Parts: sequence; C-alpha cells; structure tokens
Amino acid sequence: MSSEETHEVVVTVNGSVRSVRVPARRLLSDVLRHDLRLTGTHVGCEHGVCGACTVLLDGQPVRSCLTFAVMVGGAEVTTVEGLAGPDGELGPVQQAFRERHGLQCGFCTPGFLLLTTDLLARDPDPGDDDIREALGGNLCRCTGYVNIVRSVRRAAELAGEP
Amino acid sequence: MKPPPFAYHRPADVDTAAQMLAALGDGAKVLAGGQSLVPLMNFRLAAPEHLVDVNHLGLDDVSMDDGEMVVGATVRQARLLSDPDIGAVHPLVADAAGWIAHAVIRNRGTVVGSLAHGDPAAELPAVLAVLGGSVDAVAWRDGRLATRRVPAAELFLGPLDTSLAVDELAVTARFPVLPARTGWAVEELARRHGDYALAGVILTVTVDGSGAPVGGRAAFLSCAPTPAVLDLTPALGDGAGPEAVYDLVAAALDPTDDIHATAAYRRHLAATLAGRGVALAAVRARESAEVPA
Repeated sequence: MSSEETHEVVVTVNGSVRSVRVPARRLLSDVLRHDLRLTGTHVGCEHGVCGACTVLLDGQPVRSCLTFAVMVGGAEVTTVEGLAGPDGELGPVQQAFRERHGLQCGFCTPGFLLLTTDLLARDPDPGDDDIREALGGNLCRCTGYVNIVRSVRRAAELAGEP
Repeated sequence: MKPPPFAYHRPADVDTAAQMLAALGDGAKVLAGGQSLVPLMNFRLAAPEHLVDVNHLGLDDVSMDDGEMVVGATVRQARLLSDPDIGAVHPLVADAAGWIAHAVIRNRGTVVGSLAHGDPAAELPAVLAVLGGSVDAVAWRDGRLATRRVPAAELFLGPLDTSLAVDELAVTARFPVLPARTGWAVEELARRHGDYALAGVILTVTVDGSGAPVGGRAAFLSCAPTPAVLDLTPALGDGAGPEAVYDLVAAALDPTDDIHATAAYRRHLAATLAGRGVALAAVRARESAEVPA
C-alpha cells in the first residue's frame, strides 16, 4: 500500500488552522486521533451507531466516523478538546457532567458533551423531552442516561449563570 | 473497520460530474452525505474504486414547481425539519423526516441520497412512493447532458436496488404536494427510537365536502423488498371502520420473518398502524378543509 494517492486537507480544529496530507479514505475521526493527536474524540462502533465520535462540523454535530476528511476541507471542527478553557479548566458542559455524575467509564462522554453543546446553543433551556431527543442517537453503557439528562439540565443552569 | 482505498473526485458542476460517472463506469459511486455508503464501506460490504463527491454542484435548493416540492441532491434531511417553509408547504414530508434515524445522521444524510440508496426500511422512499413523486436523473450521453424523470413506481426495484443506471446522477427529487381536503399520517414502531422500523406506514386520506373519507393511499416500510403501495379507498367507504383498513392491509401485505419480528407479527403491526393512521389522516383532512369533524 505505497501508491495510494493523498490529498491536502486544511481544517480549522478548535480555532487552530491545521493541515494534513491524507488518503481519501481517511475518516475524520482518524485524522483527529491519528494525524492531529487529538485523542479525546473516541471511536466505538465505527459505523455510525454509537455516537462516541460525534464532533461539531461547522457548528452541527456529525459522526466523524462517517465523514471522509477529504470532504470537509475548509470546515470548522470542534472536538471535546475545544470545550475546555485555555488553561484546561472545564467548560460549563464538562463541569455539569462532573457535578451530576454524567459519566462513569467516560468512553461515550465526548460525544455527549458535543451533543449537549449543540443543544444548548440552539435552545438554552431545553425540556427533558428535548434533551432525550437530542441525545437519543448516542449510546452509553454505564450510566443508564438518567444522570446524563441531569447533567444537561445542570449545563443549562451553568451556562445561564452570569 | 476502515474503508478500502478509493480515488476521490470532486466535480464543481453537474456536467463534469455526469462526464466523470460516464467515464468511470461500474467502479464509481456517488458520494453525498455518506450516512449509508460510509458504514457499508467501513464494513467492507462496498468497495467502490471511485467516489464522485456531489456536494459542490450547487444542488442545495428547495423550490416549488408545478405543484411539486423540488429538493436538490445535497439538501440534508435535517432541513426538512428545520425549514418552516417546508413544513408549511409539505407537512407530510416534514413529519416523515422526523422519523429518519437521529438528528446527527440527518445533519449529513441527504434526501435524494436516501432515495437513490433505495432501502425499503427507510422513510423517504415510502414518502416518494405514496405521493407518486419522481426523481430527475442526469447522464452524459452522446456528448450532452440527458435528463430522465423516473417515477417512484419505476425507481425502486428491490432492497438497495434502483433503476438508476451507473452513469446516472439523481439531481432532484419531486414531492407532489397534498391535494385539497387531504390529510396524512406517519406511523411506525421500532425497537428503539431512531432504529429502522419493524413496520411503518406513510399514508394519505382525502375527504369530501361533508368530511367523509373518499380516498386513501399508503406506502409501507419494512414490509416488502420495495415500499409497498396500497390503495386504501376500498376500505374507506360508507360505514367502513378501522377493521376494514386492517383487513385490507393484512390481506395485501406479504412481509417476511427476520430476527426482530415474525411475518405474522409484522403483518399485524402494519395493519394496526394503518388503521390508526387512517383515523389521524382523516382528522387532519377535515381540519385542512375546515369541514365538520
């Protein structure tokens, strides 16, 4: 496998312009984890079912394992690494998941954090049905979701505080 | 798993895309949202040598033409839900879109891509079938761009199989708007929210000036190799109730067993959902016509 053609892909990841040269088949999830060493994005099922790899692409949540990086040149990508402050302090969504025990093993957590970030950007005060609808495509095998829903409600409170 | 190698092509206009598909032949697939194709490639169930990315052809419009809502090739499924104009013009399409997978998938998945994929468990093929809609496909033949309008009844051939030729690119889908005094319903049952339906139905009911149902048509998901279209009118006559709809549907459908449901259960489910749907669609039809309930 030496002759596979490669493509220059320039994306803005968490506010930094990054350039990689990758084969067309390189998934966005693998560009993030392998090429850019941003291993906060997790890869579970690699066929779009589990949602662990969810990132924001131009502000919208997408499955990075179902997206070829070569398709999204010029786009802005937000990963879980982009949710923390510059000194590494937890962002409000992360803080809320910590306070309300919205994670146990943490494998699914990056996907849930980005879904929550998107939901609160669209609706600062979502009801429980809206929260469950927004999170319904992601799987967690530890918490049973109750604490995840609580965490999203807490994130809405934290985001609403001055 | 990781997808197999392929050559990536990104045409900037429809003519170039069609010329590429013509030149590349059997080894090429169209890539739009990728929400069905990429999982197949990750599983190595599909290994196209070439992918032609159609996301940069300027085909992201939704417009009205001759009583039909015309949806371009790269309009995402999410827009059917988020665009209030679409909800106002075609509430059936907007309603059905809410049943497609999950929001994150709908953010990338395209309307036309779902039709070209031809999954009999998917919502949009059933929507196109029940409405008698069509898809416009282009191909580069004899040195020029040729367009073909493919009615839903001629589009879906079998599971993941359509009548689109290897050199054809589906550029728009056309969804006829509902006629006057016509309501709709989308009914499904899935084992988990967002999963493919065990069975589902998308249907329309038309009422007369007094509010009595005079016609109806249904397309069933997950009940046949293609969206199964059924004329419900014989079950909607004078004095006919949900039992008549149930009996008509149960007699007409011939679903199969799988790991999730027996054929008998699936038939019962489809017929039950159709009965519920007819009642709801009739209410909506009377509301739209402002005739007495």
